[in-house]
Amino acid sequence: MAYVAIADRDHGAEHHEPLGFVRTYIWSQDHKVIAIQYGIVAIFVGLVALVLSGLMRLQLGFPDTFSFIDPNDYYQFITMHGMIMVIYLLTALFLGGFGNYLIPLMVGARDMVFPYMNMLSFWVYFLAVLVLLASFFVPGGPTGAGWTLYPPQAVLPGTPGAGLGIILMLVSLGIFIVAFTMGGLNYVTTILQARCRGMTLMRMPLSIWGIFTATILGLLAFPALLVSAIMMTLDATLGTSFFMPAVLSQGETLGHQGGSPLLFQHLFWFFGHPEVYIVALPAFGIVSDLLSTHARKNIFGYRMMVWAIVAIGGLSFVVWAHHMYVSGMNPYFGFFFATTTLIIAVPTAIKVYNWVLTLWRGDIHLNVPMMFAIGFIFTFVHGGLTGLFLGNVTVDVPLSDTYFVVGHFHMVMGVSPVLVLFGAIYHWYPKISGRMWNEALGKLHFWLTFLGTYAIYLPMHYLGILGVPRRYYALGTTDFLPESVHAVNASISIAAFVVAAAQLLFLFNLIWSLRHGERASPNPWRATTLEWQTPDTPPKHGNWGPELPTVYRWAYDYSVPGAAADFIPQNDPGDGRGRTGHGEVKAS
Amino acid sequence: MFTALIAGVIVWLLVASRLTARSWEDPGEAGNGGGVAMAPARIGLWVFMAVATSLFSLFLSAYLMRMHHGFWCHVDPPRILWLNTSLLVLASVAFQRARGAVDRGQKGQVRSSLAAGGVLTLAFLAGQFLAWRELAPTMYFIQGSPATASFHLLTGVHGLHVLGGLWAWGRVVARLGGGAELIDVRLGVQLCTVYWHFLLVVWLVLFATLSTT
Repeated sequence: MAYVAIADRDHGAEHHEPLGFVRTYIWSQDHKVIAIQYGIVAIFVGLVALVLSGLMRLQLGFPDTFSFIDPNDYYQFITMHGMIMVIYLLTALFLGGFGNYLIPLMVGARDMVFPYMNMLSFWVYFLAVLVLLASFFVPGGPTGAGWTLYPPQAVLPGTPGAGLGIILMLVSLGIFIVAFTMGGLNYVTTILQARCRGMTLMRMPLSIWGIFTATILGLLAFPALLVSAIMMTLDATLGTSFFMPAVLSQGETLGHQGGSPLLFQHLFWFFGHPEVYIVALPAFGIVSDLLSTHARKNIFGYRMMVWAIVAIGGLSFVVWAHHMYVSGMNPYFGFFFATTTLIIAVPTAIKVYNWVLTLWRGDIHLNVPMMFAIGFIFTFVHGGLTGLFLGNVTVDVPLSDTYFVVGHFHMVMGVSPVLVLFGAIYHWYPKISGRMWNEALGKLHFWLTFLGTYAIYLPMHYLGILGVPRRYYALGTTDFLPESVHAVNASISIAAFVVAAAQLLFLFNLIWSLRHGERASPNPWRATTLEWQTPDTPPKHGNWGPELPTVYRWAYDYSVPGAAADFIPQNDPGDGRGRTGHGEVKAS
Repeated sequence: MFTALIAGVIVWLLVASRLTARSWEDPGEAGNGGGVAMAPARIGLWVFMAVATSLFSLFLSAYLMRMHHGFWCHVDPPRILWLNTSLLVLASVAFQRARGAVDRGQKGQVRSSLAAGGVLTLAFLAGQFLAWRELAPTMYFIQGSPATASFHLLTGVHGLHVLGGLWAWGRVVARLGGGAELIDVRLGVQLCTVYWHFLLVVWLVLFATLSTT
């Protein structure tokens, strides 16, 4: 019997009839359109969060200058900035955006296996964003509880947005989790079931491995956030006492008794730590592919890279309490979690070494995507090393709640994944839009962003060591802090404004190039992976024309000795010449 | 946490054999290494059940941890839960019979078993509702005992999952009523059966925990 690819059994060689505008661009079931929808919404809310951070920097850099920012506003900005960036931008853009776009194309499928549910996933995500943004317009404004939403303060009067704001936040998170679950079921099932002929698990590009593992983490970890959101909503609305202890608030006893705020922290961080890797693993995967493609060299230690992704994913579930060293816990627990935390450094370091070794003696093309990928290695190493400090209980306790922590997590899970996102957008933009962006603008965008983030976050580590506390609206006159702290704060703010303005260059470049960019060739980077081998650019609905591709090799056949071109696409059967494991050409 | 570990071990066992492939050494061979030869809906359901298992485990962990904090008084679960449990067991049995009948091609029995399964499940939900009513007046739900609140929360979330199952059941029944052949509903019946067994296991664990703590 002739082999029929599994991905083709349902769809057959069906011809996609032209659909109307609404079904092509709005209620679309095409994974590529859904990916772009996810991307646009995520970037839009990301811009909202960027503006919020600018407002925060106005206040921090120049206290007592801007009367329109009061302490309540400041806490609301902090909270919404954090939550939007972590969940509604990074998670949504990596998995909803790039996951959707890349999975079917890279594994050689026509679409996700449940296209209808995929469409629903986006619209439910959109609803979650609307509910979240609605909280800006309700009485009391959005919640100002901090992105961790710790009870009891999150629901107590006195915290900004303690009424409707926090409820809308919790409801929005619940809706987001539903959307993520629908998307996640699609990503996992598509990767497991709809790979084209020849695409074994160990021939999948690392981007797919990263997205796949991150999705599994998300599917298992988001329920913890759902549980805590539901219980906190009940505490806030019906007056139950899951998390709320007996509280005397503003002279009144509230009805709660016996609830455990610590329980919330455990649940929150059981989600919250894997969340770091939900964002980081797709970034790891994508950056591996960018480095390999633009250095014209196979990824160093592919198998080890896959294992490291899986190991990091597994370990990420047993380290959550390192976020709670100062919440009070048995010292042996602290010891356990410090150990597991430091163990994660092993697979992570393997990945960093392998990236560097991939670059070593490569034919490096300093294209814009490559610059962002190399920039990522720098910021990730810096952010990761400070993580080793904070993973130790004794070092963490004095540094906790200082700007050292702010510097650390922005470097490791703010800037690093965002640099990869930029690299990825520049890398796949020619395929998505069929046009090239402006290279000079792209390079300017890179340098301003890369150097600018160092100007922002590196000084924060010093501020933290001096003891500047985080979450403060204004430092006021503080004896133990030297005057220079204020000068540093002002300079950080100015750097932040420059970086924020640089993002306008990026947006302008994206939009302008849609019409005025040079037409892109189908495979401008001469890359091996399947998405560059589609018959059309941008790929049409159904991706592959009448026949699905067949894969004959792994994704990293760059600069193969003896080959005619310096890359061999995955679907190229080749000239029958095999290679041994050491990269030598077999004598035939 | 244990769920995650167990899920991790299972996934690992499933993929370990393939993860040792030396993919850089064997270009030129297409092989058969495409996707898993299993219906997408079946994989989707199993992944979904893993997510739901994670959700219920976390709810139970939260419940058990909350128990050890203050102001917890034990609530005897209403006796009607025993009846409800047997209804859900019977529903599971009915689905199993429907599944067998599909394989044997007995359309009449498929219809009757599916109908029985659905009706028994609806009766289970009605019974759960009565249990809610029974507990509500004896304790203050609002600002009341966290045990009662947990009872409502856990049974409520389980009930929502049952409703989701009934939606899938409704689709299968509608297709069968619309004259679909058995072969067209075979997968649907099988998946419903798997999901009902899952719901039953979750319920037994919840019921046991609520009764003994």
